[in-house]
Amino acid sequence: MTETLTDRAISGAPGDVAAARPARRGAGIGANVGGWLQAAPLTLVLLAFLVAPIAMIVTVSFWRATEFSIIPAFSFENYEFLFGSDVTYRVFFATFKYASITWAVTLAIGFTVAYFLAFHIRSQTMQIALFLLCTIPFWTSNIIRMISWIPFLGRNGIANQTLIDWGVIDQPLEWLLYSDFAVILAFVHLYTLFMVVPVFNTMMRIDKSLLEAARDNGASGLQTLVHVILPLTKPGIMIGTIFVVTLVMGDFITVRFMSGSQKANVGRLISNDIGLLQYPSAAATAVVLLCTVLIVIGILLRFVNIRKEL
Amino acid sequence: MRTGKDLELVHLTKRYGDTLAVKDINHVFRNGTYVCLLGPSGCGKSTTLRMIAGHESATEGEIVLDGQDITVLPPAKRGTAMMFQSYALFPHLSVRDNVAFSLRMKGVEKIARHRAADEMLALVDMTHLAERLPAQLSGGQQQRVALARALVTKPRVLLLDEPLSALDPFLRIRVRGELKRLQRELGISFIHVTHSQDEALALADEIVVMNNAVIEQAGSARDVFGAPKTEFVARFIGGHNIMDLDGGRFALRADEVRLTDDGRPATVSQVEYQGDRVAVTAKLGSAEVLALVPEGAFFADPKTPGDAVGLAWDEGRLYRLMA
Repeated sequence: MTETLTDRAISGAPGDVAAARPARRGAGIGANVGGWLQAAPLTLVLLAFLVAPIAMIVTVSFWRATEFSIIPAFSFENYEFLFGSDVTYRVFFATFKYASITWAVTLAIGFTVAYFLAFHIRSQTMQIALFLLCTIPFWTSNIIRMISWIPFLGRNGIANQTLIDWGVIDQPLEWLLYSDFAVILAFVHLYTLFMVVPVFNTMMRIDKSLLEAARDNGASGLQTLVHVILPLTKPGIMIGTIFVVTLVMGDFITVRFMSGSQKANVGRLISNDIGLLQYPSAAATAVVLLCTVLIVIGILLRFVNIRKEL
Repeated sequence: MRTGKDLELVHLTKRYGDTLAVKDINHVFRNGTYVCLLGPSGCGKSTTLRMIAGHESATEGEIVLDGQDITVLPPAKRGTAMMFQSYALFPHLSVRDNVAFSLRMKGVEKIARHRAADEMLALVDMTHLAERLPAQLSGGQQQRVALARALVTKPRVLLLDEPLSALDPFLRIRVRGELKRLQRELGISFIHVTHSQDEALALADEIVVMNNAVIEQAGSARDVFGAPKTEFVARFIGGHNIMDLDGGRFALRADEVRLTDDGRPATVSQVEYQGDRVAVTAKLGSAEVLALVPEGAFFADPKTPGDAVGLAWDEGRLYRLMA
């Protein structure tokens, strides 16, 4: 109580403010030490596990390599080779293609699923139950989920057999497996939940009376979706987009398995370099990929403010 | 007086499974009146309002507005508009776009709908904040925007679901004055759901008191306060004593009880100063009787707890309650 009174007395009298300031600053340093100490553990963890590895990769990307040795240096050789080769452009293009198609499909499915869960299921118990149902595929590993597509999609797989039995096709479809289709199918299967979760989360925060208000104002179901739900779900969509795009752009194993090593993306480029012990070249590709992903996210964040969702 | 434009509820019933939320209600809301649906929570008043608005389907019965059966029409086609308890403003739209929302849904072009929205904003004195987002407004300002948004559809009946409950007490009194003024200016019916008897008494041309899914009493504010029909109404509206006298149960207004020397003998048990008057509770036998005594009269002959007093009232002021 006394302190409050003193504070008021100080702020009440303009002449005293200047006199009060140095004293406060002195107290501020003491308070800051505590603050720094509290922030230190996380800072150290981030330094050790995020900043240091990236710094290392960036450093190595300027090194030189021959078939049998790696030479510390500062050379743009790796980058010159990377940007000089049209393989790079084709592979980056393929990566963007995978990312954008996967994004569009996961968004369509994810939005629909989240919409159904958030607005059509009335009881919360049911919502939670169905939501957990969505996570069941995550109980097994990525690789197993991917591999399990192979007997289904293969030349003599279940899909082709069934279609032939139904008389829809005469010849087995060749493009079902070891193709872009298979790669994107697996991506969608693996990553849709990363879209569902943030979108569902945002939708659950929409006040249900807004939907009634929209109806009261004469909005049809579609109009409510377009003019109310969609704009209010944007931050969730953006977070889901960041998840899906970064996961797909950084992936290499899905592309290798599902395309039968016939397709490439940037991740496979890096993985191949590593397989050949060409670390500097792999590091350079990784740096370019990192920058690309950061630019993509930067552009996305220009459109939607996700801060209030965090 | 009945006119063809009235809103009429005919045997209106709402059931949720086995629970009756609204039970066979019949009522005529006269055109151009300010009606308050008053009752405790869970009495069915909000459900009734939401059925009129079309946000809840009626299990049985009809809702007739202006001679037209609107029971199954969608909300926007009924000639009603609803103002929601939490205001339900669209957080991503500016004040002007919120108000213009219904016109946008109808496909009115931008210039025309903004003009209409600005007119409504002028009506509620919010023109200067038209560019703001709802989150940048105070509770009272949001309330006005919600009002403007409901009125822009030119409804014949405006439905207000506890419109003042989110405001602080001071603002509540000011806003209710504005609501009443607006209703008079527009000449349309306002149906206002509330659980506050003060609000209902201050605003309503007609008060409809609901309890346990039925209408207990309907009438002008003076009729309901001056002559409550049932014990529930007398208790809920406040300011009444319920007395068991020979021949039944009666309601007596607390301000009709006088402290005298020659009335029924009682003992003062509590004295509460309320500014303009003093609330004296006295024990009369086993019953407690509340007397609201004007401040001047009380202090001319002050009492303290434990004092013996006589209680008197005009027999004509006793209202027999229905069982």
